Amino acid sequence: MYPFNYHRPTSLAEARELFQQMDDGMYLAGGQTLLPTMKQRLAAPSDLIDLAGVSELGGIEVTAGEVRVGAFSRHAEVAAHAGIRETLPVLAHLAECIGDAQVRNRGTIGGSVANSDPAADYPAAVIALGATLHTQDRSIAADDYFLDLFETALTPGEIITRIDFPVPSRAAYRKFPNPASRYAVVGVLVADFGDRIRVGITGAGPCAFRSTAMEEALAASFDPAALDDVEVPDVGFNSDLFASAEYRAHLVRVMAGRAVADIVAGS
Amino acid sequence: MAEAVSTGIGAPVRRKEDLRFITGAGRYTDDINQPGQVYAVFLRSPYARARIDAIDATDALAMPGVLAVLTGKDMAGDGLGDLPCGWLVKQKDGSDMVSAPHPPLAHDVVNYVGEPYGLVIAETLQAAGQAAESVQTEFTELHAVVDPARAMESEDIHAGVVGNLAYDWALGEQEATEQALAAAAHVTRLDLTNNRLIPNAMEPRAALGVYEQASGEHVLYTTSQNPHLERLVLAAFVQVAPEHKLRVVAPDVGGGFGSKIFVYAEETAVIWAARKVGRPVKWTAERAESFLADAHGRDHVTRAELGLDADGRFVALKVATTANLGAYLSTFGSSIPTYLYGTLLAGQYKTPNIFVEVHGVYTNTAPVDAYRGAGRPEATYVVERIVETAARELGRDPVELRRINMIQPRDFPYETPVALTYDTGDYEASLNKALEMIDYQGFAERKAAAAKQGKRRGIGFACYIEACGLAPSKLAIQLGAGVGLYESGEIRVNPTGNVTVFTGSHSHGQGHETTFAQVVAERFGIGIDDVEVVHGDTGRVEFGLGTYGSRSLAVGGSALVKAAEKIVDKGRRIAAHMLEADPGEIDFDAGQFKVRDSNRTLSFGEVAFAAYVPSNYPEDLEPGLSEKAFYDPTNFTYPAGTHIAEVEVDEQTGVVSLVDFVAVDDFGTVVNPLIVHGQVHGGVAQGVGQALMEHGIYDEFGQLQTGSYMDYWMPRADDLPDFRVDTTVTPCTHNPLGVKGCGEAGAIGSPAAVMNAVTDALGVNEVSMPATPEKVWRALKGQ
Repeated sequence: MYPFNYHRPTSLAEARELFQQMDDGMYLAGGQTLLPTMKQRLAAPSDLIDLAGVSELGGIEVTAGEVRVGAFSRHAEVAAHAGIRETLPVLAHLAECIGDAQVRNRGTIGGSVANSDPAADYPAAVIALGATLHTQDRSIAADDYFLDLFETALTPGEIITRIDFPVPSRAAYRKFPNPASRYAVVGVLVADFGDRIRVGITGAGPCAFRSTAMEEALAASFDPAALDDVEVPDVGFNSDLFASAEYRAHLVRVMAGRAVADIVAGS
Repeated sequence: MAEAVSTGIGAPVRRKEDLRFITGAGRYTDDINQPGQVYAVFLRSPYARARIDAIDATDALAMPGVLAVLTGKDMAGDGLGDLPCGWLVKQKDGSDMVSAPHPPLAHDVVNYVGEPYGLVIAETLQAAGQAAESVQTEFTELHAVVDPARAMESEDIHAGVVGNLAYDWALGEQEATEQALAAAAHVTRLDLTNNRLIPNAMEPRAALGVYEQASGEHVLYTTSQNPHLERLVLAAFVQVAPEHKLRVVAPDVGGGFGSKIFVYAEETAVIWAARKVGRPVKWTAERAESFLADAHGRDHVTRAELGLDADGRFVALKVATTANLGAYLSTFGSSIPTYLYGTLLAGQYKTPNIFVEVHGVYTNTAPVDAYRGAGRPEATYVVERIVETAARELGRDPVELRRINMIQPRDFPYETPVALTYDTGDYEASLNKALEMIDYQGFAERKAAAAKQGKRRGIGFACYIEACGLAPSKLAIQLGAGVGLYESGEIRVNPTGNVTVFTGSHSHGQGHETTFAQVVAERFGIGIDDVEVVHGDTGRVEFGLGTYGSRSLAVGGSALVKAAEKIVDKGRRIAAHMLEADPGEIDFDAGQFKVRDSNRTLSFGEVAFAAYVPSNYPEDLEPGLSEKAFYDPTNFTYPAGTHIAEVEVDEQTGVVSLVDFVAVDDFGTVVNPLIVHGQVHGGVAQGVGQALMEHGIYDEFGQLQTGSYMDYWMPRADDLPDFRVDTTVTPCTHNPLGVKGCGEAGAIGSPAAVMNAVTDALGVNEVSMPATPEKVWRALKGQ
């Protein structure tokens, strides 16, 4: 790890001010991606701006129609939160699937979504539930947020403060983890809002995305078999030692089918 | 009267050492610090093969806290020798193997990614790391040879090693085997790969070199399975210091699995550097360095042919293997795919004709050497996969086909066509017990139930044999070993009657401090807490050849039994004098010396005290009660057993779940069943890892693709079922404990059992290890 300066602001305004002053500053949330990268000397920020002391980023609020998760909520908090487990159990389940216990105790939802690792779990929920991302400056709709590999709509210095998840009538998340890293090779979240169905896919492509073809097929018939004839083109899909693009495309359909089956079995 | 809790042979005593390990009180190499200590960071090759044109350390040396930048040229200039390969393999034509020079630090060329060619020494680890990045090295990249199967047709890596061939080795009768195959009623052919593994001990390698100027003594603390061998090699071959001025300490060591047998560049460099800079020098591997620069395991490509007669009896086995030895011959690298592989190809069967030929090839990859099982898992994989395949081709029950070919108890001692003489065993006893435990009869029902869930269930067997307790020195040296393979032990009975035991067998997870204490305590009739086991320090232990090849108890334990016998003999003379009897009249039992047919007794402690306070004492006897022994076995030991795996394959995803695993092993006498079962569990986990998960992969340029836990799939608890393990016992006939060794069996039998189950489930003859989901999904699609 290269030497760096450490800052711990207590407000969003102070955090941004620090960011703007630094040559090469980076925000630190849970650090589950950034710190290992720094340890491998693959990242060398001049300054780390730790957001742990920023109180505006905390808190979880649950209403009948919406779950509002403060950006600094740890994965373990979301997984264990009684209100979320009651109202939006799919989100608690997804958080429980992330990494391992150490990662879940440190990692934050804001950090994960801001980083937009193609194999992270949360982006599937952001997309499939049609979440709204709040920053210091504005609100961003999920469909406008993920742009490409590690690329989002966030501008330099912008911090996700909260993510609001609309509550569907029923939903399920199925993940095919990479058994080594436990990241998602493919993760599919299927959400039924009564008037619309949304399918969010992570792991397969450069960033999380919706499958409108699957959504339409499921709108016509909410049954795993409805997905059999849906084409899942693997163009642009990720390919690595563990899974080719072709296999990922296959897994997208399998995991989507299993998520639908879970929903059908549960309702 | 309540029976005392036994701690003797056969008692499942909890490990004495675990308290310090699980409370974080273990003392590992990196926990040891010396006044004035500085830190080393190694310069490692980014290329698989390149010429070093220039190293410019000007910037690095100017950085604050940097003491020195030392290179391979500096080391060679100081006259240090190469790292030797300790086993000279004779080729088929009688000539010696071709051993390429292996300088500890590369100076002219680098031959694998991660190969060290220098080191930076600084006051802090941070400073050393920063400075290492400032060293400007100019390389000219050369063509890398990566694929072992094509190595012989590729450009020569080392001058003088034609076709990258270290050796063409053979064992057995070629002509007779080929004739028998030609005449066989059926011949099964199988092409197999044995995947490259990366050891991944929990504790990475580390070394701390200290030079005492006043005494001229060098002390090396390091993560070694065999500190005396380390000292011998560093003194005799590398010549970093004379043997009597070099002390090697291997303190608590967190796992080895073979990877810490070898003498590596890094410990050589720190002890040399400590003298050069006049400060203690420490290096601890980062995990990424472990992946790159620990010796890897396995990596064979094999074609096998098994001939059977009309009744299904094996008539011949012919095996041709290309073994990837990596860029250099590591300490025992040459012996693993030869004497520890070819000799095991008889397995448990009376195959009359066996011929094996092994091409050991150099490639631009990390050196390959012993890894848990070391040659024997590879041999078992060939034998048990092809036997299972033959059964399928012939429509025979795989169990029955094995049964009719097995060596029977009446056949022992049994001489195989591949140079070994098995002393004892009862292979069907283990097979029968394992079949009962797995409920073989119920398999069809379980398979049908799984099919209803979209799962294909398969069952697979492996009836393995291994040769352990390495081994008779004379035979080993005849076969090319550079060292003897005996073990030393010393027992010091202290004046107060407790005992300090010194053993040359190092413990790095095996539980010697408990098992060896049980053996000695039982001999003397004292409690195990009155026995302290000391190992891992050439300054305290007389000599030792270390821990590998499941040899500790069979060889090291036997040395202690010999020493204990000497103690008892001397005690008997002391007791006879004190009890006014003839030594021949003294019995020793349960800690009491007793005049036969009398009530005159002396306790072990009383005799010990008399030995050190010799007032009433035999005139012709030296005081003191301390004895040494060296034990050199007359044969290998031959643990054997049956492993059975059941898997379920998810038809949609190709995911293989190991749903049941049974291991029944014959380790001879079992001293501590708790430890033995633990060894089997760990070994099976590693074997299942090889079959389903682990794979060290280099790309075509020789870059390691699986250099971290993000990509290298280590088995985890939730990947594995509860293993069910049991033992049968035929005591070893030629060591005093009747023990055979249990450390490697789990990793030897399990890969073949699991892959037989996977291929059974899929209905194909071969899927290469590891059977990862996409590979299995493609096999399901017929690709």
